[in-house]
Amino acid sequence: MEDMKSIYLTLVLAPLLGSIIAGLFRNQVGKAGAHWVTIIGVGISFLLSAYVFWQHVMNGAPVFNENLYTWMVVDGLEMHVGFLVDNLTAMMITVVTFVSLMVHIYTIGYMAHEDGYQRFFSYISLFTFSMLMLVMSNNFLQLFFGWEAVGLVSYLLIGFYFKKETAIFANMKAFLVNRVGDFGFILGIAAVAMYFNSLDYAQVFGAAPDKAGETISIWGDSQWSLMTVICILLFIGAMGKSAQMPLHVWLPDSMEGPTPISALIHAATMVTAGIFMVARMSPLFELSETALSFVLIIGATTAFFMGLIGIVQNDIKRVVAYSTLSQLGYMVAALGASAYAAGLFHLMTHAFFKALLFLAAGSVIIGMHHDQDIRNMGGLRKYMKITWITALLGSLALIGFPGFSGFFSKDAIIEAVGYSQIAGSSYAHWLLVAGVFVTALYSFRMYFLVFHGKGPRDDHAKEHLKESPAVVTVPLILLAIPSVFVGWFAIEPMLFGDFFKGVLHVASAHDTLGEIGKTYTDQIGFISHGVMMLPFWLAMAGLAVAWYVYLMKPSIAQSVRSRFDWLYKLLDRKYGFDEFNQAVFAGGSLFAGKFLWNIGDKTVIDGIAVNGSARSVGVLAQVVRWVQSGYLYHYAIAMILGLLGLLFWFVVR
Amino acid sequence: MSADWPILSAVIWLPVLGGLLVAFSGDKAPNVSRWLALVVSVLTFLLSLLLYTGFDMNTAAMQFQENIPWIESFQVNYHLGVDGISMPLIILTTFITILVVIAGWQVIQYKPSQYMAAFLIMEGVMVGVFSALDAMLFYVFWEAMLIPMFLIIGIWGGPNRVYATIKFFLYTFLGSVFMLVALIYMYFQSGSMSILDFHTLKLGLTEQILIFLAFLAAFAVKVPMWPVHTWLPDAHVEAPTGGSVILAAIMLKIGGYGFLRFSLPITPDASKELDWLIIAMSLIAVVYIGFVALVQQDMKKLIAYSSIAHMGFVTLGFFIAFIILAKPDVDSGVILGMQGGMVQMVSHGFISAAMFLCVGVLYDRMHSREIADYGGVVNTMPWFAAFMVFFAMANAGLPGTSGFVGEFMVIVASFKADFWFAFLAATTLIVGAAYTLWMVKRVVFGDIANDNVAALQDINKREALVLTSLAIAVLVLGLWPEPLVQVMDASITNLVNHIAVPKL
Repeated sequence: MEDMKSIYLTLVLAPLLGSIIAGLFRNQVGKAGAHWVTIIGVGISFLLSAYVFWQHVMNGAPVFNENLYTWMVVDGLEMHVGFLVDNLTAMMITVVTFVSLMVHIYTIGYMAHEDGYQRFFSYISLFTFSMLMLVMSNNFLQLFFGWEAVGLVSYLLIGFYFKKETAIFANMKAFLVNRVGDFGFILGIAAVAMYFNSLDYAQVFGAAPDKAGETISIWGDSQWSLMTVICILLFIGAMGKSAQMPLHVWLPDSMEGPTPISALIHAATMVTAGIFMVARMSPLFELSETALSFVLIIGATTAFFMGLIGIVQNDIKRVVAYSTLSQLGYMVAALGASAYAAGLFHLMTHAFFKALLFLAAGSVIIGMHHDQDIRNMGGLRKYMKITWITALLGSLALIGFPGFSGFFSKDAIIEAVGYSQIAGSSYAHWLLVAGVFVTALYSFRMYFLVFHGKGPRDDHAKEHLKESPAVVTVPLILLAIPSVFVGWFAIEPMLFGDFFKGVLHVASAHDTLGEIGKTYTDQIGFISHGVMMLPFWLAMAGLAVAWYVYLMKPSIAQSVRSRFDWLYKLLDRKYGFDEFNQAVFAGGSLFAGKFLWNIGDKTVIDGIAVNGSARSVGVLAQVVRWVQSGYLYHYAIAMILGLLGLLFWFVVR
Repeated sequence: MSADWPILSAVIWLPVLGGLLVAFSGDKAPNVSRWLALVVSVLTFLLSLLLYTGFDMNTAAMQFQENIPWIESFQVNYHLGVDGISMPLIILTTFITILVVIAGWQVIQYKPSQYMAAFLIMEGVMVGVFSALDAMLFYVFWEAMLIPMFLIIGIWGGPNRVYATIKFFLYTFLGSVFMLVALIYMYFQSGSMSILDFHTLKLGLTEQILIFLAFLAAFAVKVPMWPVHTWLPDAHVEAPTGGSVILAAIMLKIGGYGFLRFSLPITPDASKELDWLIIAMSLIAVVYIGFVALVQQDMKKLIAYSSIAHMGFVTLGFFIAFIILAKPDVDSGVILGMQGGMVQMVSHGFISAAMFLCVGVLYDRMHSREIADYGGVVNTMPWFAAFMVFFAMANAGLPGTSGFVGEFMVIVASFKADFWFAFLAATTLIVGAAYTLWMVKRVVFGDIANDNVAALQDINKREALVLTSLAIAVLVLGLWPEPLVQVMDASITNLVNHIAVPKL
């Protein structure tokens, strides 16, 4: 055990050390030093993670759950920093460090000519450290530490180009919207602390079944199920981090950051922290069907409606960003249907193919000299062979083409939701099924517009188009491999085997994956079952429509757009969330601030109370000064008047 | 436990005498007085560390006590001593004073020796406030503390300093008078001026309420609590950087300390009776002031308002005690809330000091505190920007920094009192981040806004030293608050047990 402990520690601290060296000694180590030191750090981390994965998943190493040091013990509440390493952790750290390593290498090429090279490497290594702390935590507090730390790095990286007004607006927006989620999250943690008097996962999960029937009153006499309140509060945190409606607004704007971090943070890892968190807390969520319904409905709504927006986006990164929102919705919906394993499975496959798609998009952006408008592209397959092939593989995985990793994970989610019996499950099921068509449509619209047809539009761009260097393409290839194959190998152990045994808890009444498992034979069987179902045909239809409309007859797109102008406008304005938030929340806060300051502080408190009493002191002083005139007869009259008054008082009394 | 030699007296009088020496050294050789001031402040800090190393964490009793008769006819004694509540605040005081001395090194060219002397004397007097166990002695230190502050604002302050000083004076003086009356009343009741005797003094409810209100007048102004907070933004704006640092980092804490040393233990029943008032004022401070901070155009005002909001957590943490105690099914949370309030005080000492020092760095270069005059500072001052963003995050309560610890503890504790207390308090996660990060966005980030920003020089080694010390303090307390919590544990537990028993 002690050996493993030092391995866990090393794999967490290696990226932190790299980050510190690259950040604080940026001038001393130089550009090459910065990328070497961080890549070595994350490389070590990845190798050790792979070893941990091997030990836990293949060799059945016992679950590690130990505290490292005591953060604080106060009032009977113990708070520690510690690690919990089981199969879920092992999977997460392997995915995180692998994608992070790919992104580190890729960054050498992508950021080669940018200012702040060392700073960038320092940030992404710091991010890796924070993310590892988050997924390896054995308690709620450290989870929140990691949670906010990844948010901080995300803030720093979205605003990496700090001269750009849009970038520094986007990063503030991202942080604040996430803080709305954290607001719920911290109340959830407070509720856990109050009712379990512990923040340790094992203790809380162990005691949870006893609390299932407890109720609390929040407003008046109405009683709420304790578990529902806790789970919904915690899930609000997940809605912020995993960008679920209506807290999704920050993610599209986060594309202001450099592309490598869009791949790492805003697609593969950080945004999936919410999914990880809910899965980790399955022993709590299983106790509240209301909370599960809430999760399911939010997830499915996000999956469908955010996908729709992807169809009308023209910025290559924003298309992928809306795709990410939609896919996160799928994962969340899986959680709501108690198919936690399917959500995590999709988290993993998505991490690979979405990181791949983002990095491929980045490669395209390099080739196009930072033009991100897909309408200006086209025919890129002739110039960028590796980028083209890998992007095609990523897109096929995304739309769930049979055999590709995304097929297994997405089909499992849709089927599981289909089996779900909780409130809202049929609504969610239909949205998710329809979402498949939408996914295929926006994915292949982008794919065809970028890689096929005539183009690029600009002759100058055409002349300079060439494949990106090897530091960019090698990560693409390395990500393409799991994007294609990981589903095939992982579906059986993760969904129907005992990969997550003892980690995820599913009440027998909610066991949707168990229902699928009854008919599951092997991968081939799953595929042949899948191709007879509606989602597969919808995906093919989406692909075909994209091909016909955007490649063969672009005029159709135009006429549809003018025909359904209201819909186009609605999607183009992203349903008006940004305008609403800007007007109501931002505007409302500023109005409240001005009102309270001008009326409350300046007019009432200072104006009337303070300066008012100062004035009355002044008036009093005037009176006193008038009385104390220095003339003897004044004093004499005053004394006589006083005596008279005294006499009068004695008499009348 | 009593010390072999009077450490507390040394920590009080070394800086006072040192300050006088510095003042007499004059301005002919300013570097001599600066170095002298630095030596005195460092020695004082080292001396104060003895209070930590020699501290017995297992007892709630007063330690390092010194008790000699002072005015025998009125039973007034020179009685000093510390417990887990006052000791951390004393070390905070001695630590921050060093930084103030260093920060004023070059900036203050006008009468530098007197400037340094004022801060040293104030340091000694503030330590006196935290360690006095005799009410009269406390009151003397309490009032004496104001004199150097008036001088600092009045001599080295900004253009509107007279208004600010008078407002500051009026507020604090009015509060103190009520407190003095209460202290004299209790002297007549108990025949003693010992604060510890007051703790056990039997008082009826009406008496308690009147005494409580008298104390409230004094402490609420100091904290400051809404609605008696409006002196603070004005005082900060006019004060020189060092003055703002001391004001925010330490003087505000004296108000919070007063609640723990006087209001709660002396008038527990009145505190229970009127806790709704304090809780309401605290929550209004958190929410109302948060919005007011959002619309400030002046960086110092913004941070001043932010201080008020953060101090709201302190009083909230202290006064939710009675609500939790009254709940039969909740058996913990009172200590958590009080500890949280204390941690918040110490943490705010670091963070507000750092924020004001950051503004000071900018002000020294541009002579403006207006947010609109800045923009894109990161382009010319990258290291400064890193510090500023770090402290801004701490101010917004980022976990891993000290700013998180106290807020977290108070939110968790207030959840045990009432869901809606926690709900309102937790809004600071959003609003606090909003006003802090919006300021950072406008000041630090963006393209270079104008020629003045373009001409800025990054921080020098001295400024870096000061900010680094604070950054380390903020990080250590954020990552490992256990030592601080342990120091306070016995005293807070004792206090909680004391207030749980009615005096009536």
